[in-house]
Amino acid sequence: MSSPAFPYLTVLILVPAGAGILAAGLPGRSRLATKAIGWAGSLATLGFSIAMAVQFATRHGGFQMVSNHPWASSLGISWTLGVDGISLFLVLMTAILFPIALAASGERAGERSFVAWMMVLEAGCVGSFLSLDLIMFFLFFELTLVPVYFLMTGWGHERRGYAATKFFLYTLGASAFLLVGMLALVAIHAGQTGVTTFDIRALAHTRLSSATAIVLFLAFTAAFAVKAPIFPFHTWSPDAYRESPVAGSVVLAGVMAKLGTYGIIRFDLELFPRAVVDLAPVLITLGVIGIIYGGIVAAVQKDLKRLVAYSSLAHLGFIVVGAFALTGPALSGAVIQMVNHGIYTAALFLLIAMIYKRIGSFSTRDLSGIQHKAPVLAGIFTLTMLASIGVPGLNGFVGEFLILTGTWLTHRWWAVAATAGVVIAAIYLLWAYQQVFHGKPTAAEANFTEITWREGLFMAPLVAVIVFLGVYPGPVLSRITPSVDRLVTHIEQVAHPRIPPNGRPIYTAAKRTGSGGAK
Amino acid sequence: MIHAVFLIPLLPLVGFAVLAAFGRKLGNPLAGWIATGAVAASFIVTAIVFAGLFQLAPGHRSFTQTWWNWFSVDRLHVTAGALVDPLSMTMAAFVTGVSTLIHLYSIGYMEHDPQFPKFFVYLNLFVASMLLLVLGSNLVMTFLGWEGVGVCSYFLIAFWFDRPSAASAGKKAMIFNRIGDAGFLLAMFLTFERTGSLQYVTVFHRLGHVGVPSLTAIALLLFLGAAGKSAQLPLYPWLADAMEGPTPVSALIHAATMVTAGVYLMTRINPILHRAPDAAHVVAIIGVLTAFLGATIACAQTDIKKILAYSTISQLGYMFLAVGVGAYVAAIFLMLTHAFYKALLFLGAGSVIHAMNDEQNTKTMGGLRKLMPITAVTFLIAWFSIGGVPPFSGFWSKGEVLLNAYGYSTWLYALGALTALLTAYYLGRCYLLTFSGQARWVEARPAGDGHGVVGSAPPVESDTSNPNTPTERVVAHHGGAGGQEPLHPHDPSWVMSLPLVVLAVASVFGGLIDLPFHPNFVFLERWLSPVVGASLFNGHFSVATEWTFALVDAAIALIGVGLAFALWRGAVDRPAVEPTFLQRAWYIDWGYDRLLARTSTLFAGFLATVVESKVIDGAVNGVGTLFRSGGGVLRRVQTGYVRNYALGVMAGLVVLLAYLVSRAFT
Repeated sequence: MSSPAFPYLTVLILVPAGAGILAAGLPGRSRLATKAIGWAGSLATLGFSIAMAVQFATRHGGFQMVSNHPWASSLGISWTLGVDGISLFLVLMTAILFPIALAASGERAGERSFVAWMMVLEAGCVGSFLSLDLIMFFLFFELTLVPVYFLMTGWGHERRGYAATKFFLYTLGASAFLLVGMLALVAIHAGQTGVTTFDIRALAHTRLSSATAIVLFLAFTAAFAVKAPIFPFHTWSPDAYRESPVAGSVVLAGVMAKLGTYGIIRFDLELFPRAVVDLAPVLITLGVIGIIYGGIVAAVQKDLKRLVAYSSLAHLGFIVVGAFALTGPALSGAVIQMVNHGIYTAALFLLIAMIYKRIGSFSTRDLSGIQHKAPVLAGIFTLTMLASIGVPGLNGFVGEFLILTGTWLTHRWWAVAATAGVVIAAIYLLWAYQQVFHGKPTAAEANFTEITWREGLFMAPLVAVIVFLGVYPGPVLSRITPSVDRLVTHIEQVAHPRIPPNGRPIYTAAKRTGSGGAK
Repeated sequence: MIHAVFLIPLLPLVGFAVLAAFGRKLGNPLAGWIATGAVAASFIVTAIVFAGLFQLAPGHRSFTQTWWNWFSVDRLHVTAGALVDPLSMTMAAFVTGVSTLIHLYSIGYMEHDPQFPKFFVYLNLFVASMLLLVLGSNLVMTFLGWEGVGVCSYFLIAFWFDRPSAASAGKKAMIFNRIGDAGFLLAMFLTFERTGSLQYVTVFHRLGHVGVPSLTAIALLLFLGAAGKSAQLPLYPWLADAMEGPTPVSALIHAATMVTAGVYLMTRINPILHRAPDAAHVVAIIGVLTAFLGATIACAQTDIKKILAYSTISQLGYMFLAVGVGAYVAAIFLMLTHAFYKALLFLGAGSVIHAMNDEQNTKTMGGLRKLMPITAVTFLIAWFSIGGVPPFSGFWSKGEVLLNAYGYSTWLYALGALTALLTAYYLGRCYLLTFSGQARWVEARPAGDGHGVVGSAPPVESDTSNPNTPTERVVAHHGGAGGQEPLHPHDPSWVMSLPLVVLAVASVFGGLIDLPFHPNFVFLERWLSPVVGASLFNGHFSVATEWTFALVDAAIALIGVGLAFALWRGAVDRPAVEPTFLQRAWYIDWGYDRLLARTSTLFAGFLATVVESKVIDGAVNGVGTLFRSGGGVLRRVQTGYVRNYALGVMAGLVVLLAYLVSRAFT
């Protein structure tokens, strides 16, 4: 746990937060200054997160660059930040997506409140990924709701009022369970050790009875399941994704969905290993239902944004399955898939926004023959679509393959059902593609213009990441796996000697079945 | 020298990258020549590696070249690399060879297409993927190529994407393939679980530790993938629709190379099949049934490309029959010779379609033999070849398959032999309808006479419910006199004729690579034996038996050819031998559409409209309504006031932060 002289993590939160406050407090209405603040804030965050990634030590499973400043010591709350292989690339992905979301927002990037909310949102997202203190996590986690609400109501589409209200109340309501669960856990821990702390590294050693662990697990998971979302807590998401402005959709699906799945991996798996082992079949089942149900419902959507929302439900299902399969490959796959999904879903929303900008519709009924008019845009859409389908050589495959292989080792039939999702993904995306891009252009598409240089510029990094992670994910995986191994070992030690319902000891079973010696 | 193997897939991949970036600037025909050059260079490298491998002792003709570590977690190590052995190099050689010829042909065929450069972008990507498929050192690399060729096939079937039929056909191909791919994925999971590896060499090494049920499952799951890719029962219907793609694509992807990937895969995993006889049995039965089914349908089709498509399905069935009975060498032998004559048939068909101004209905052709001699002669050679007329290549390769099938089961042989008769017959019908008889189209008279001459037979009435009616664009394009524009058919330019001639030569002499009767002549068998072992039954037959079978095969082929002449020389319509149920392909596609596509659409609609909006979302909104009507206090902060909620959260957070900060400084 090296403590580098430079407090990267604190800076990563303060820079966007400061930019947000600066934009909000900017005297006058200079669009140029506002834009400059947005760009400077988001790009500086990107720069610092790249520096953090460079500093990050491989082959190290624990938290790095830990910042620990006692804050409200008597309450046990402290400013504790740390990064490990599980959060590293989520932070990096967040830092990549925010400048792109700003770039895609056009003139809005010159509006004071828009930039302020975006920057506050970035601080909230990064803070959530880096907090090791439960209270701090909760604050950041809740903080993200507010900017999204205002971004949605301020710059959203037709039914933004309904969508924003539903989103806000649903997620806020679920968070109440998280807050109660957190306080209960801390109280139990304080009772056992006499120390009041919200530091998850300490709380991970709390002894919990099986029933208590399950109750607390459910309280935590309620908040994460809504946030992700996991079936059947997803109905806010198609509305919210649909009615958000492009930046909102990108951040909601790309980054904030990961707050839910990250929460599961970071807090559920770390704090309640026994409950996780007990309830894994339930959660995996919900994940698998999400994969298949999301895919089928996506197949009949006429609205492109809603289609991507349901496809997101399916993809998050894969991540949930990977998280609860409790094997190294599946969990590593879930972590890298969080990044992959963030990248290609963001790309899809950006491309859909480009189409909307030209035609003024998200409906497949109003679109046709775009490939004639804009072959390059169509090409980028195709590549992104194939990544989302999970075609090898692009980033989606690596995550899905690891998840499914790892899940097969402990939960075979669930893996079989999840594999069906691979077929369904091809159906809905190809069908949508055919309607929108194939065929002859109609009068509506007569003036459809090709992707501009500016648009190409902010799509380029996403395309590069999609290809790079598909071909050479080694540098990413080698930083993820030590932390995943640490977590899996932790679960194994705590849950031992409990046997999961399907009769095999977790993880070790996976190791043993291979037999014949490692290659 | 043999270590240059990485260049084999890299060269077309570079071609793809260059054309994808600069294709439109390079334009027509330069983009085509660059693509052809890239593939030809790959062929040369393949030949060099092939020769290098040949110089090694038979026991040492196998090595793995690792390019980089693709991904690696725990014990799951997947490398990007090539397995170089006689099987993979044989595949690479024929893939690059046939690809070069078809690239060359495409320069002529696609000459007038506005998307000319893009066509070659896809084509080069296809070749690179196909080479990764056959060279891959592990199942995941093969899967990479497998999906790559599938995606390229999707692009190329839907190449003329403004036609709804082409766009739908592309999608259909991809979806049918995806169903098979699910089997491939599951097979990989099971293989990894049982052997701890996905590397071919390691997996085969550890098979002794794996139970027969698991091996059977692995083999059958991979066969599901193979059935999707190679258009076998029950996943074959996409291939007929795939004919929507440009004809060179049909020749390259949907006849010579991609669709044989399943046969390659099953041959590659021969150590698994060898230990899972039940799975092999299933493969053989599915193979022979598909062969028979495809041949029967081909007998009644009128679209020249559909005839060839069903013929391909049928021939692929033969290859799986061979694999199933353990005759891997026969399977590869048939695959090679089939690549020659079927590519030739498609390219010939392409020349005809070109000459007939995009007409594909054989019933409106006729009399082209004198006008297009090169095409006609090469098509005839291909027909005799696929029909098994001695001494053309198909006679030897199909004979070997049938002989091995006989050694396995008389019934499989009987059905296979019947199919052989049908094969010689239906391609005869196709040839005679196209090239002989009287012209059933309007010939353009040399200058002056604008009316042209109509052939004797009246145009076939088109029945809209019949899937074999000429494609709509024909009518759309040519609104000339009586819906027919005067034509001026002729043999194509040299870039299109040369591949025809080369493939015709290969179709005639292809049998030389594996002649029976004397152990010194079975070159292919000796070359492949380190990979597949000797064929199981070949050795058990006496020379007399082999001669007998050769004579029987020849007789069957000649009966088929004779039947074709008897029935179709000068005839255009013989409803008795073109029953509707065969024209409609046994109604299987129709059944899929009715049973699967429609019910699943209904089901999806039910989920979306009832379950999703009424039940799940209904519950959520119901809770909201409940709260709203639940009391005055709540009502005030409800829905309309969420904005205040949000500001409240913000204010709360600010206060809390301020408090924490103040505590931090005291």
